[in-house]
Amino acid sequence: MEILREIAESLGRGEDRRVAELARAALAVGTTPKEVLDRGLILGMADVGERFRRHEIFLPDVLLAAKAMTAGVEVVKPLLAGEAARARGTVVIGTIQGDLHDIGKNLVGIMLKGAGFDVIDLGNDVAPERFVEAAEREGAGVVGMSALLTTTMPGMAKVVDLLGRRGLAGKVRTIVGGAPVSAEFAREIGADAHGYDAANAVERVAELVGAV
Amino acid sequence: MRGLLERLAVGEVLVADGAMGTLLMARGLAPGACPEALALERPDVLEEVAAVYAAAGADLVQADTFGGSPLKLAPYGLGRRAAEINARAVEAARRGVAGRALVYGSMGPSGRLLEPYGDASEAEVLRSFSVQARALAEAGADAIFVETMSDATEAALAVRAAKEAAPAVPVVATMTFDRTPRGFFTIMGVTVERACRVLEDAGADAVGSNCGNGSDAMVEIAAEFKARTQTPVAIQPNAGLPHASAGGLVYTEDPGYMAERARALIALGVAIVGGCCGTGPEHVRALREAVDRRGTR
Repeated sequence: MEILREIAESLGRGEDRRVAELARAALAVGTTPKEVLDRGLILGMADVGERFRRHEIFLPDVLLAAKAMTAGVEVVKPLLAGEAARARGTVVIGTIQGDLHDIGKNLVGIMLKGAGFDVIDLGNDVAPERFVEAAEREGAGVVGMSALLTTTMPGMAKVVDLLGRRGLAGKVRTIVGGAPVSAEFAREIGADAHGYDAANAVERVAELVGAV
Repeated sequence: MRGLLERLAVGEVLVADGAMGTLLMARGLAPGACPEALALERPDVLEEVAAVYAAAGADLVQADTFGGSPLKLAPYGLGRRAAEINARAVEAARRGVAGRALVYGSMGPSGRLLEPYGDASEAEVLRSFSVQARALAEAGADAIFVETMSDATEAALAVRAAKEAAPAVPVVATMTFDRTPRGFFTIMGVTVERACRVLEDAGADAVGSNCGNGSDAMVEIAAEFKARTQTPVAIQPNAGLPHASAGGLVYTEDPGYMAERARALIALGVAIVGGCCGTGPEHVRALREAVDRRGTR
């Protein structure tokens, strides 16, 4: 539908008010809130992520697009019924205990929000127990962990292990990332996914919650 | 000791120091603790690190003030103590170098995103950098390094704050670039050309790049700067990019390699060479030797 494409394009240009107007207009002509979210806002943000990865655009453009995404989500969210009211689900993110590097993690948070997820950012230097407690408390579907230091990577294994012991394995999925973190390491510790960059992390989170 | 500007004016190549954080952690800085708080709690540690770099042959040794702006200190509950922290850090570095090197105050990013991307106003960020710059200048810093910047507007605010607080204190301003298929950009999309223009307009006495890249990429970045500006250029590479190993994070560039690439930087006419993440006193010693063998620009 034309208006959904307009929403996606307007979001890509970071036009927050225009995105909200278009979302309202789409609803007024009978488009469902779910369609506005999936085929307008989320599609638009996916394109932003792809162009960011190709270095055609930079962080400022992503930040403005994320703001426009938020403006659009605010219009449709109250109208989404039941389960879907949480838009795309909740993700708890943070850097592992002992790791103060948070640029990558912040970028993932911005892009997850932009993609319609509720994001609980625990900050940096987060103890394994806090990841697990936050995931339980917030009903999060995914826990995302970042590390820049190899010395802190074992903390990721601890979080996976703790979730298992609380009977949350499979209910709360895990994704890991950061400069020294590989897909192989993710498999070794039993994490559900590895994101090799911020845009990829958002794609993998979407797969984990089964809401592509 | 002659000042930075005089030494740059006569074509001297100056050696700056290496990484701060790793040396502090090796001396007991706890994970998650505020590195700048050591100025209040353990100034003796800061003094020792400065002494280590001065002994390695650095001409320019930093005070531990990278995250010392009130905005950056605020999450640790130390925002109101910014002036005190910056002053104590400069004093500790001064004692450590004991007349062997110039002491510079480091000013890193505020940790906040400027409007319209984030929620921080330019006035608020300028005010924060002003508090820091004034404290550094009053404590007698010989220079101010605005470092690791990715947003040109924020970098310019920091330079302006320094120049307004202390017009006589030289300001070196460096940004962090990523290699992309379309050339070098900061994560905020700033090119080398734009960095030169914005930083010079704000009043920087030297411009350049630190962090984010190893020496090979930094030689390319340095060449871009030299092609676009007459202002002295400062380059502080990482010791390569970090790789994982069983023992922890490993930076791949040994001092010998870094020094060999530093010769390429000096040949390009770079005025200040130093190190960033992963570098230590051994790298600085190797840079010192490379510069001494070459002499002036």
